[in-house]
Amino acid sequence: MTAYLAKRLIIAALTLVLASMVVFAVMEVLPGDPARLMLGLNASADQVELLRNQMGLNAPLVLRYLHWAGGLLSLDFGRSYTYSVPVIDLVRERIAVSVPLALIALALSTIIAIPVGVFSASRQGRAGDTLAMGAAQIGVAVPNFWFALMLIYLFAVWLRLVPAGGFPGWGAGVWTALKSLILPAVALALPQAAILGRVARSALIEVLNEDYIRTARAKGLPYRAVLWRHALRNAMIPVLTILGLQFAFLLAGTIIIENVFYLPGLGRLIFQAITQRDLIVVESIVMLLVAAVILINLLVDFSYAIVDPRLRGRQ
Amino acid sequence: MTMRIDLPEETLAGVLAKAFGNRSFLIGLVITLLILAIALVSFVWTPYDVTRLVIADKAQAPSWAHWFGTDHFGRDILSMVVVGARNSIAVALVAVGIGMGIGVPLGALAAARGGLADEALMRVNDVVFAFPALLSAIMITAIFGPGAVNAIIAIGIFNIPVFARVARAGALAIWPREFILAARAAGKGMTRITVEHILPNIATLLLVQGTIQFALGILAEAGLSYVGLGAQPPMPSWGRMLFDAQTRMVIAPWMAIFPGMAIVITVLGLNLLGDGIADILDPKSRRRR
Repeated sequence: MTAYLAKRLIIAALTLVLASMVVFAVMEVLPGDPARLMLGLNASADQVELLRNQMGLNAPLVLRYLHWAGGLLSLDFGRSYTYSVPVIDLVRERIAVSVPLALIALALSTIIAIPVGVFSASRQGRAGDTLAMGAAQIGVAVPNFWFALMLIYLFAVWLRLVPAGGFPGWGAGVWTALKSLILPAVALALPQAAILGRVARSALIEVLNEDYIRTARAKGLPYRAVLWRHALRNAMIPVLTILGLQFAFLLAGTIIIENVFYLPGLGRLIFQAITQRDLIVVESIVMLLVAAVILINLLVDFSYAIVDPRLRGRQ
Repeated sequence: MTMRIDLPEETLAGVLAKAFGNRSFLIGLVITLLILAIALVSFVWTPYDVTRLVIADKAQAPSWAHWFGTDHFGRDILSMVVVGARNSIAVALVAVGIGMGIGVPLGALAAARGGLADEALMRVNDVVFAFPALLSAIMITAIFGPGAVNAIIAIGIFNIPVFARVARAGALAIWPREFILAARAAGKGMTRITVEHILPNIATLLLVQGTIQFALGILAEAGLSYVGLGAQPPMPSWGRMLFDAQTRMVIAPWMAIFPGMAIVITVLGLNLLGDGIADILDPKSRRRR
């Protein structure tokens, strides 16, 4: 198993390095001079040149990449061109919104999807299954930001149960803060739950046809125990794979959903940075999200090893 | 000759009979054809001109004159939804074309060559997969500015590794089969085998993946347009319409309801169609459903 884990780890590290090169290269080819942007149009050419030197913009490409990448590793992303504060300070506040939102959505979607998948698989072809999978089929087709708009209309405009948008900050109390994350999290979670529920169902049905399930039933284990313990565990691999992929979708989804609910997260920040051409902020956020996706996929690979004993023995 | 042995013994009539007995396929096909037809008709006729602003008619609720109501400029929402279908379909279709056109040859090549070529492809795939479609769209937009074409490129790039993976996995399953061995014994080269035997045998897989990516492309395009990175006004697009609707939810909720329904129905139709094709052409998948 060590060999398996080591290989996954190396691949993840390699992917991260390649991805950082892509991001760096993309930002390199962009028009616009950061020094000029910071100093404004009235600055003299000498002043701009001085700042360029200070910022290390005149150094050779490879050196600049190494400097930038080295900074990333020590969480030093450089300074924002427009706000003149370290990017990490901007990012830190926003992460406190985006990450909890993505995690709540992920948890919510899992909590909904697994029981639905089990329910449907154990009633395959019957009315309950057809109904649940019909709902899932529609859920997959619903864009989360439209669903968010509908939720706002129903729960915030009409029923006035939760705020329609904005975020009071965690300082306002955990419950108050959580309350403004409920609708965004539900909007993100339900379409994902529909996908996950379908995967869980088909994985379970596959497993339920296996001989060892019949053996477990034959030796007198109750159906429930077989379903939840034996079958579900063996159906976890495809479910985990989709969960990992979904985290990437959720992170991307938060970028859009934050704009629906006016939440001050990474998504709002990245769009502000794009309009202000604050490229170092764009670069940093993209890199952070990419790193998060790679990390999650690595964790999924590791969790295979825990779930699937065959991988533990493999060299 | 021998190379036909492994192919499923399906007659066209048999496949058609199965197709017409498959509920997902039928519903999906009807919805998809309907949306396509609506998009085509919109080129020659729409209930109202979508570029004409009639301020006197602004934000009207659905009525006999305007079935889906009007927006804040007095434009007919039904007409805009119909014209918006063109944009969604075009973007998603071209993005699938990019993904297939580049991804499938790459995946087939990796499967045929194996070794270093395969490993290299998979690693590059990993890198592209690390960028959620929206992120690559954001970067592309940061370079070239927003617009429908850049949305196509962004979604297309995301589709490449998807098709490369499907093609590779499908091809890897075909290569060890006997009829491939026979073809090699007959002296056919790698390229010829791939074109003549591998691709026809993975066409079903690609078709199913194609409908899935088509549906995902429509969702992605709507998302990009919604945040202002996709189609630009005055070109009506479903995502853009939802963006316009957002701040007017209280006074004109129909502005949000109908474009969203259009997205849901289109994506639903494509997904059902994909499921149906998979069911009909792959006997194994039927057992699972």
